Amino acid sequence: MNDTSRPSLLTRLAAQDRAPVDFVLDGKPARALRGDTVLTAVLTHAGRLRETEFSGAPRAGFCMMGACQDCWMRLEDGTRLRACSTFIAPGMRLLSYAHKEDSHG
Amino acid sequence: MAEVHPVIVGAGPAGIRAAQALVAAGLRPIVLDEAQRAGGQIYRQPPPGFHRSGRDLYGFEHRKAAHLHGTMRALLSAIDYRPGSMVWNCEDGILDVLRDGKNETVNYTHLILATGATDRVLPFPGWTLPGVYTLGGAQVALKYQGCGVGRRVAFMGTGPLLYLVAYQYAKAGAEVAAVLDTSNTTDRLAAVPGMMRAPGLAAKGLYTMGWLRLHGIPLYSGVRPDHVIGYDRVSGVVCRQGDGTDGKQLRIACDALAYGLGLRAETQLAAVAGCRFDYHERDRAWLPERDKAGRASVAGVYLAGDGAGIAGADAAELAGERAALALLEDLGMRVDTARATALQRKLERQEQVRNTLERAFPFPADWAASLDDDVVLCRCEEITVGTLRASAEVDGAREINRIKALTRVGMGRCQGRMCGAAAAEVLARASGVALPQVGWLRTQPPIKPIPVHLFSGDAPDEAGMTLAARGRR
Repeated sequence: MNDTSRPSLLTRLAAQDRAPVDFVLDGKPARALRGDTVLTAVLTHAGRLRETEFSGAPRAGFCMMGACQDCWMRLEDGTRLRACSTFIAPGMRLLSYAHKEDSHG
Repeated sequence: MAEVHPVIVGAGPAGIRAAQALVAAGLRPIVLDEAQRAGGQIYRQPPPGFHRSGRDLYGFEHRKAAHLHGTMRALLSAIDYRPGSMVWNCEDGILDVLRDGKNETVNYTHLILATGATDRVLPFPGWTLPGVYTLGGAQVALKYQGCGVGRRVAFMGTGPLLYLVAYQYAKAGAEVAAVLDTSNTTDRLAAVPGMMRAPGLAAKGLYTMGWLRLHGIPLYSGVRPDHVIGYDRVSGVVCRQGDGTDGKQLRIACDALAYGLGLRAETQLAAVAGCRFDYHERDRAWLPERDKAGRASVAGVYLAGDGAGIAGADAAELAGERAALALLEDLGMRVDTARATALQRKLERQEQVRNTLERAFPFPADWAASLDDDVVLCRCEEITVGTLRASAEVDGAREINRIKALTRVGMGRCQGRMCGAAAAEVLARASGVALPQVGWLRTQPPIKPIPVHLFSGDAPDEAGMTLAARGRR
C-alpha cells in the first residue's frame, strides 16, 4: 500500500543547502536535494522503500553500501534500482509498494 | 618486458596506496571502484555539493582522510581511474565490469584486490524492520548524506565502531537513546595490557566513551538483543543484560537501531578468481590465503586491506603498498626492500592490535544458538532459522553449501553477505560440528546482481553478448 503519509525514517542533520530536485513517489510529488541517493530522497518522506516479494513486509535498506541488496526499489516503468547507490534525478517516478510482478502466488 | 596490465579493484585506503606504489614504479594501473568518489567506506566522500568540513566528516581521522584523498587527486593523471565500476566476475585474466548500465571487460596480467568490508551481523527478531540498519550503514547515512537513520537512535553490538558512530551521531545533533555493547567490561579490562601497544587507539576509544557518558547517554555492557518493538517500523528495542537471576531486561525507546558485530571481509572476487581459502579462528571466517606480502594462491593475484581479512584502515594503507611492492618484485623490478620489510613489520604490529581489539570486543558466540526458530535468518528470501535447523536435523546436512541447496539460504540477492555468518553459526550448533567443518558459501558470478538485459542476447552491442557467446561458459 501507499505509505507515504507516514513520517519519514531518515532525518536531515547537515548539508541541507543544496538545490532541490523534484520527483514522484507513489504518484505524489516530492522534493529531494541534489546529491541525495534515491534511498535518502524516499526515506526523508516515507517509512519504506518497498515490500518484500514473499511476506509483503516493508523494507527500507540495511547496509547502505551496496552489499545487502535490501534497498532495491522500482521505477513506475518496472526498472529495478539499488536505492543506496543511485542518485535521485529530476522527474524520477518511484514506487514504494509491491509491483505485481514481484509478488509470488 | 612482456606487456603488463595491472588492475586494482577498490579505491579505499589499500587500493589508493597500492596505486601510488605502482605509479611510483612507472606503471599505469587501472583502478576500478564501485563508488563514485575514492576513499572506501571509512574515508567515503559525500557527493559534490555537500559542504562539510573534514573534521565533521571524519572526526579524529580527518588528517588521514585528507592525506589519502590528496594522494588520490595527485594520482589521477597517472592512473586509469574508473569510478562507478562494479566488478562482478573475475576469471582467467578477465574482469567483467558493470559501469553506467553497460558491461565491459577489463584484461589484467596482475590484479590487486582491495575490496573492503561490511558489517558482520547476526539476525534477531525484528532485524528486517525499517529503521534497523548496520552500524556502518548508519555512519554512511551521516557521512555521505548528512542524514541520521532516525531522530532517536540506539546503537548496539560490539567493536570500536559502536562507540564511534554513537559519538558521531550525538555530535551531529541526533539523540542517542543508548549504547548497548554485547561485550563485557571484563573483556575490555583483559585487553588493557594489549592496548598499551596502541595508545592512540585506546585514547580515542576512552575519549569517545567518556564523552558519551558525560553527555548523559546510557552505556550498557553484556547485552543481548531480545527483539525490536514495532509493526512496520522501529519504536524501540528490548534487550537482556546479564544472565539468570542477575539478568535484567532493558527497554529502550527509539525510532532507529544501528548494530554490528565487527566487520566481515568482502572476499567474493578472490573466490571467483580461484584463490584458496583457509579458516581463521579469530575472525570465525574463511579467508583467502596470502603470504606476508599479500600474494594470493593464484599467481598474479594480490590481496590487501579489510577485503583480505579485517585489520582496519591504517593496516589497509600498509598492506596496499606492500602488495604493490610484491607485484613489482614478481615483475622482476627493483623495489626498496627496506621499505617492504618495514611495511611488514608495521603490519605485524597492526595484527597484534587487532588481536587485542578482538579480545576487548569479542564476537558473541552464543547469540546464534539462542535464536528462536521463527527468526528470519535470510533477509533476501525470508528463510527462518527453523528452516535451516530442520534441514540439518531431517536431511542431516552438515555442510553450508548443502544447506544452501536445500533451503536457499545464501542464494538470495546478497549471496550470503548478510546471512552467511549466522547460517554457519546456526548450522554448526544444530548439527553438532565445529564451525570450520561447515565450510564456507561458494561464490558464483555475478557476485552482485546485474541487470538481466545484459544477458538476454537481444541487445545489439557487445554488452548484450551472453557469457556462452563469449565462450566463457
